[in-house]
Amino acid sequence: MAQPEPAPDSLWRQAVRRLQRNPGAMLGLVILAVLVLAALLAPAIAPFDPIKQNATDAMQGPSLKHWLGADQFGRDILSRLLFGARISLRIGLVSVGIAASIGILLGLLAGFYGGWLDMLISRFIDLLLAFPGILLALVIVTVIGPSLFNVMVAVGISAVPNYARLVRGTVLAARENVYVEAAEAIGARDRTILVKHILPNVLGPVIVLSTLGIAGAILSGAALSFLGLGAQPPTPEWGAVLSDGRNYLRQAWWISTFPGLAIMVTVLSVNLLGDGLRDALDPRMKL
Amino acid sequence: MLGYLTKRLASAVPVIIGVTLLVFLMLHMVPGDPAEQMLGEMAVDKTAVANLRQQMGLNDPLAVQYGHFLGNILHGNLGTSMLAHRSVMDMIGKVLPSTFYLTLAGLGVAIVLGTLLGIAAAVRQNTWLDTSSMVLALLGVSMPSFWLGLLLVFTFSLRLGWFPATGSGGWERMVMPAFTLGFGAAAVIARLVRASMLEILRLDFIRVARAKGLSEHRVIYRHALKNALIPVLTMVGLEFGRLLGGTVVIETVFARPGIGRLIVDSILKKDFQVVQGAVLLSAVFYVAINLLVDMSYALIDPRIRYQ
Repeated sequence: MAQPEPAPDSLWRQAVRRLQRNPGAMLGLVILAVLVLAALLAPAIAPFDPIKQNATDAMQGPSLKHWLGADQFGRDILSRLLFGARISLRIGLVSVGIAASIGILLGLLAGFYGGWLDMLISRFIDLLLAFPGILLALVIVTVIGPSLFNVMVAVGISAVPNYARLVRGTVLAARENVYVEAAEAIGARDRTILVKHILPNVLGPVIVLSTLGIAGAILSGAALSFLGLGAQPPTPEWGAVLSDGRNYLRQAWWISTFPGLAIMVTVLSVNLLGDGLRDALDPRMKL
Repeated sequence: MLGYLTKRLASAVPVIIGVTLLVFLMLHMVPGDPAEQMLGEMAVDKTAVANLRQQMGLNDPLAVQYGHFLGNILHGNLGTSMLAHRSVMDMIGKVLPSTFYLTLAGLGVAIVLGTLLGIAAAVRQNTWLDTSSMVLALLGVSMPSFWLGLLLVFTFSLRLGWFPATGSGGWERMVMPAFTLGFGAAAVIARLVRASMLEILRLDFIRVARAKGLSEHRVIYRHALKNALIPVLTMVGLEFGRLLGGTVVIETVFARPGIGRLIVDSILKKDFQVVQGAVLLSAVFYVAINLLVDMSYALIDPRIRYQ
């Protein structure tokens, strides 16, 4: 008698296995884990107070005392970067949280209900997309004022179109599936169809977009702070720390160099993980 | 074809109207009274504030004010700067060419560098050249442009003295800003060209070209690249917008005059009339560029139809 075949792995389990076999993604994950740990442990491992000024150490180069040097106020760069990791990672997560929750809702409504609702939402998305690059975030900061939290709101809202468009497209494609038609035919409620049959299709692409979006949000947040429109002094946000050193490039290159490196390594690790997730979840996905 | 072009052109109209509405509302959502801000310290004089409000039409219903705003835009009037007491149009006109040239130069860097890296990676797939091109591309998308700019200033201006660190005018002041602006976009284009080339190099007509005995050079540049560049063209429209937005940061890093720097300075000085005008113009400009790109796309690839 034939043995019953072992149950096939779930699609999610297969995806995890593909991710584990991707060296780039694993490297990104490890770097990210170290960064998160450093951010969480900042109060315990930072050698100095990130905000307290110390005139005698001003502009000191990297040394045993200040591994990454000190800024013009004698503040330890390493300590500022460790505390800054908490801020930058939070900007990435909160912005993406705002963007994804609004974007998914708009995309689901537009894609599922269609008609005038779709037209209204799609026109609204087109409108947001008419502002090139960081300009929409700048407009929002102009209205709500420069501050760390407002940067998260501004960066989040300006990323809403990406999620809304992706989800709308995915929903439209998912609606064509026979199982959705079947659910409609047996009289399932809209909410049941949306949550049980359509949402699972949306999840994969949204996870990938969100991961890559964290990288973009960290960059945009740092750029706004660099311009003086985000975190205000003496907050050790990475873009702000980098901006502090701009006028001292000749005398103290370390003030601007290390925060930039921190931003790049963080964004790089998130991008590596995001690329890996995309390949693992759906190699055909065009993101 | 003509149908597609008209429909695409018509679709831009509501977007432009929406942009004007949003930018108009922006000024009204900013906390504080515009008349009081314009008067600054003289705002203690309540009658002066009331007179100015009347003069600026701030007592009219919002819809009437929006109507005036639209009328003024159509006459090329973007208002007056509250601080500089100059016409916003003049202020923008003065710095517009600088931003325009910077964006174009950045786009040039992005296309040339991105295409070369992408071809190199695709043609030598799975070799060190492919790996290093793609590592470079990954760095390009992960590196903050303001940091790259400062590193270039430190190395090539302060240490080597090859290029001036700041200001505008002359090619030597364009090299570093253009490279800084274009590097991120070059990375995106490189990845796209690589993927697109790899796909096309597997197709039958390439096999036929090779079977005919054409040189590899000819196969790649004459046959494959032409087709691989079609998706790049749409990307160019998107990247142009990113670059235009990117000038905000680059102009600040290199202390260049430009719309981006004007916007940032005006936000910091709370000169919102200037912010409004400059943002409006940038958005309209961007919508127009995307329109042109979409239209040229339809001309190059006749299969594209409006959906």
